[in-house]
Amino acid sequence: MLLINCPWCGERDETDFSYGGEGGITRPLDPCALSDAEWADYLFMRSNPRGPHQELWNHSQGCRRWFGAERNTVTYKIAATYELQSGKQN
Amino acid sequence: MKKYSAFSLLRNAISYNRNWQRAWRCPEPRRKYNVVIVGGGGHGLATAYYLAKEHGVRNIAVLEKGWIGGGNTGRNTTIVRSNYLWTEASLLYEKSLKLWEGLSQDLNYNVMFSQRGVYNLGHSLQDMRDIERRVGANRLNGIDAEVVTPEQIKKAIPLINTSANARYPILGASLQRRGGVARHDAIAWGFARAADAYGVDIIQQCEVTGLNRDSGRITGLETTRGSIQTNKVGVVVAGNASVLASMAELRLPIESHPLQALVSEPLKPVLDSVVMSNAVHGYISQSDKGDLVIGAGIDAYTGYGQRGSFHTIEHALQAIIELFPSFSRVRMLRMWGGTVDICPDACPIISKTPIDGLYFNFGWGTGGFKATPGSGWVFAHTIAQDRPHELNAPFNLERFTTGALVDEHGAAAVAH
Repeated sequence: MLLINCPWCGERDETDFSYGGEGGITRPLDPCALSDAEWADYLFMRSNPRGPHQELWNHSQGCRRWFGAERNTVTYKIAATYELQSGKQN
Repeated sequence: MKKYSAFSLLRNAISYNRNWQRAWRCPEPRRKYNVVIVGGGGHGLATAYYLAKEHGVRNIAVLEKGWIGGGNTGRNTTIVRSNYLWTEASLLYEKSLKLWEGLSQDLNYNVMFSQRGVYNLGHSLQDMRDIERRVGANRLNGIDAEVVTPEQIKKAIPLINTSANARYPILGASLQRRGGVARHDAIAWGFARAADAYGVDIIQQCEVTGLNRDSGRITGLETTRGSIQTNKVGVVVAGNASVLASMAELRLPIESHPLQALVSEPLKPVLDSVVMSNAVHGYISQSDKGDLVIGAGIDAYTGYGQRGSFHTIEHALQAIIELFPSFSRVRMLRMWGGTVDICPDACPIISKTPIDGLYFNFGWGTGGFKATPGSGWVFAHTIAQDRPHELNAPFNLERFTTGALVDEHGAAAVAH
């Protein structure tokens, strides 16, 4: 069980949260301008690193807000959680 | 290779079992191979075996960073079935099931394949509609499947709770009688021994650290035991697909998640078939040793740690207790985790790549064990002929660009 530090609520059990996958992926502003390969890259391709991973979590059983986290995918240790808009760490 | 038989058992018993031959050699890596397979799990060893046997390829190496069969081959719940919904997937898994049926004889190694029947339970009207549809699709593809009633289920599995008052009542099931379980270690060891007999070098404790390329084609690999020259590399790594692909600067539509399983203390025989439930989400069988083998879904987050969170295990056991209330007193003995590479359509990638001589076979998600022989068989064809077999042609890397996905998420008789 992970202990996750929500930027607004503080530390809560993992069961309070929903996982949102890799962070930092921006939806293209003009999808029609993309080639199939570029669209596939946005839609499906993931970095899936072995080590530090920037990812999204939602405090779905709490404040229901999204936030970012840097978590190591081997040790599962969470180095930092942060607000998405301001980037402010807690 | 000395043949295993009743006679060899007798002969070795007389000599106090001191003269058994090693099942496979432990060679030093050579500097040059015709084909190098990266990953010494069941799929990798099967690929090497079929490359040698079906395609006459010689001078093959299998590189394994740990020990053979120590990854997902040794970490699954050993269920074998082929009742997938979509034609592309069901034909691939059916090829594998057909190979399983003759595998012990073919390898001269008892893989303990036991066709004890696989039940996929339905708990709602929509579940039953999906089951009817899938059974129909299977039969059209020549795969044995039938719909069974709660009375038939209760008769075959007396311990199961078919009460209409259950929280999730059992309304019926699909049954594939040819499905069952096999012995996980035996499949790795059997393929290793049979491949070794064809001269395949199985090199353990040898991690690949780089893929060497020259103007768009593979020229060799860097490993922790030196450089190896080769023109063909087959990458068959579960739980490290993205890591290997990044060595060739390729991006994959794969995310790696922990998948956990657990076994109970050994019991007397209580369950002689495999029971899976999509809705309450658990699956269970009893091993020959007597322990209940239990699995469920993946952990939500990505991870390479070969372990997951406890609440995922708790959820699986809740499902099992829902189906078998009497198992609530059973004590659990061990739990473990593997790393499963999940594709967006829950189907594998068995494909050529943009780099000549580099072939991928991974992304089997939560269901790779059943496919072990079939996966090796089609991948050997793909490597030897430099083009996919018609069975694995739909499972190419380009499908994520063209959109021709084989969407087995939720369709494949179990929620992934």
